[in-house]
Amino acid sequence: MGRYVVRRLLQMIPVFVGATLLIFLMVNVMGDPVAGLCGDRECDPATAARLRHEFGLDKPVWHQYPTYMGNVFTGDFGTAFNGQEVTELMGSAFPVTIRLTIVAIFFEIVIGIILGVVTGLRRGRPVDSGVLLVTLVVISVPTFVTGLLLQLLLGVEWGWIRPSVSSDAPFGELIVPGLVLASVSLAYVTRLTRTSIAENARADYVRTAVAKGLPRHRVIRKHLLRNSLIPVVTFIGTDIGALMGGAIVTERIFNIHGVGFQLYQGILRQNTQTVVGFVTVLVLVFLVANLLVDLLYAVLDPRIRYA
Amino acid sequence: MRGATHARWVAGAAAVALAATACGGGDGDSGGGSGDGGAVLSSSWGDPQNPLEPANTNEVQGGKVLEMIFRGLKRYDAETGEAKDMLAEEIETTDSRNFTITIKDGWTFSNGEKVTAKSFVDAWNYGASLKNNQKNAYFFEYIEGYDKTHPDDGSEQSADTLSGLKVVDDNTFTVRLTQKFSTFPDTLGYNAYAPLPQSFFSDHDAWLSKPVGNGPYTVESYTKGSQLSLRKWDDYPGEDKARNGGVDLKVYTDNNTAYTDLMAGNLDLVDDVPAAQLKNVRADLGDRYINTSAGIIQTLSFPYYDENWGKDGMEKVREGLSRAIDREQITDTIFQKTRTPVTDWTSPVLGAGGGYEEGLCGDACEYDPDAAKKLIEEGGGLPGGQVRITYNADTGSHRQWVDAVCNSVNNALDNDKACVGNPVGTFADYRNQITQRKMSGPFRAGWQMDYPLIQNFLQPLYYTNASSNDGKWSNAEFDRLVDEANAEEDTQRAVEKFQQAERVVRDNMAAIPLWYQNGSAGYSERLSDVSLNPFSVPVYEHIKVS
Repeated sequence: MGRYVVRRLLQMIPVFVGATLLIFLMVNVMGDPVAGLCGDRECDPATAARLRHEFGLDKPVWHQYPTYMGNVFTGDFGTAFNGQEVTELMGSAFPVTIRLTIVAIFFEIVIGIILGVVTGLRRGRPVDSGVLLVTLVVISVPTFVTGLLLQLLLGVEWGWIRPSVSSDAPFGELIVPGLVLASVSLAYVTRLTRTSIAENARADYVRTAVAKGLPRHRVIRKHLLRNSLIPVVTFIGTDIGALMGGAIVTERIFNIHGVGFQLYQGILRQNTQTVVGFVTVLVLVFLVANLLVDLLYAVLDPRIRYA
Repeated sequence: MRGATHARWVAGAAAVALAATACGGGDGDSGGGSGDGGAVLSSSWGDPQNPLEPANTNEVQGGKVLEMIFRGLKRYDAETGEAKDMLAEEIETTDSRNFTITIKDGWTFSNGEKVTAKSFVDAWNYGASLKNNQKNAYFFEYIEGYDKTHPDDGSEQSADTLSGLKVVDDNTFTVRLTQKFSTFPDTLGYNAYAPLPQSFFSDHDAWLSKPVGNGPYTVESYTKGSQLSLRKWDDYPGEDKARNGGVDLKVYTDNNTAYTDLMAGNLDLVDDVPAAQLKNVRADLGDRYINTSAGIIQTLSFPYYDENWGKDGMEKVREGLSRAIDREQITDTIFQKTRTPVTDWTSPVLGAGGGYEEGLCGDACEYDPDAAKKLIEEGGGLPGGQVRITYNADTGSHRQWVDAVCNSVNNALDNDKACVGNPVGTFADYRNQITQRKMSGPFRAGWQMDYPLIQNFLQPLYYTNASSNDGKWSNAEFDRLVDEANAEEDTQRAVEKFQQAERVVRDNMAAIPLWYQNGSAGYSERLSDVSLNPFSVPVYEHIKVS
């Protein structure tokens, strides 16, 4: 187990370097960000040169990247164009997005797995077909449509919620945005769970458990569900990273000032420091989430052991 | 002399305004009256791009805040745009080059510090000094010594202060310019010229996190990227006291969300109605929707460094293109009349006295497909048989109107491929391509005035090598007329000279003018007396909250 973890951690290094380098190059390819800083007029050359120097943009990219990464390892993510430290931006953005992600994952787990179990045990019945149809709709409708529709209905027409989330973004206000963010993944979780349950319901060990005379809820919980959850856990684990990075649309609709907001702002202003900084952290989240998922396998299914 | 009459005017207007609010009964610090002068309103805001410093703020969102927490020597009238004395007691000159500025007594910053001549001189020196990286530094370029504090080649600056600025006593300072500039006093209402308290220099970081100024509002709290809370400053010495208890500026990434919040009653004021809502806005808000002219003009510029566009005879092609654009139809259908087809190169907010001349463009701005076809043929046809209009696709609704313009051109020329749009992903990249002179055809250019002067609509855009002359257009006669206009001591004659220069722009069709942009805003039922100034920014201190 220990060796496995170490090996996985070592594997993360090239992935991490590759991902950040790619992002760094992509943002750099877009050209000189200082050009956009002075509005609809050219910055005077002297000021532009000084700004470029300050942000380290006057050096070639092969020089900028190692310098940047070197700074990152000392905890210095640079400064955004509005004069704020990127770490300061992260400090305000990540807690909000993490709360949003927690709400989304919660919905995915609770609603997704319950629906999955119910439909998996009643396959072919009206409940099953009904849920399948709903998930199909949810998957095919883009998030921004669901988001805007819920915002309009619940926020403006019926007045149940505030259409935009306040800057503190407490959990209460994040329920609807979280549901919107979770919707597509939720549908996948439902379908995954259903298939997995339906498949395992005919497995020998379930038949044995039933034959032993175990109560039904115990069979489902201890035997059926536990074995069926492996693909679902994989999916949810990788989804954590995707949700955090992919919250851009949802955050924009509900005016949530989280990671998506900062990334969007950073991309528009071509602010290398902000974009690369945030993506770096997201890559780390993604990698750690993946590692945790792999380790969870062993917990769920003792047959899987890592040497 | 001019200064003196203006001062009287302001005092008179302020007296009327004060009487009016007194009748309303709400203007007090108790906040208990029926008009409720203590109530706070909320307003949509965008995250400012640069740190909030007067000489470093060059976009509307940051400018909005500076407008609320600062008062400068002059102030532009919210209705007419005329520059009126604010802190300036008198601005005297005999030669349009040496100015003696006297400031009024009794003004303080909200931290109690007195506003003196030094507050201005220090602030201007800071703004002009290269080492402070102020993006508006060029506003000080006419002051003597600018080349020493801000060498254009980026070499080491040899002075930290402008030699043209001298403090005479607490209330007086002198300015010496490098050349005659008759309308210089009228530029002093721009935010870059605001005075700064000593705490700005002594503890800069603290000041940036909670700016201190001398305007009718003070900053109560500032959470960057989320919200800026401004409160009425009860001891504000000026006549234009706030009629509400304060303003909460809330950052919205998407103006659609702000509009939704307004509809749901969570927001009081939106000063940028999204294009997609323009169709419904009248039905949604009725007379709580404002649509007034602002000092913004949109044009198509041309790359004169490109040999295709720079050669003689192309003015006919440019005029032909101009005549192929059905401005009326585009402003009606795409912008729902929030823009007005142009008839000159300035803006109606200047007024006739300020240099706006309706109809100056004449036939050249009239839609006439036959004439357009003929002119383009006479000029040798479109270079390469096609024009590509370059624009940035990330903000505004540029895509829609560029497509419409191309459609109009294609119809007029009976050629599906005569005009196509050429989108660029981000504004930064777009600016980048412009500064690197990579444009190969017409490109979008927008101009929002810094101050309501005809000079500001012409010189920065068309003077040889001027800061916003993106197409690198150059014309000796135009330059000469602008120089003469600046040297003119009588304002009215200066304006006439500028109009002559504008005719040179017209005769060469240096840029195709498209439309004047209006400011649009919507507000909740709680508010009254909402208006937009010529910069399309709400006049916050006038707003009453019930």
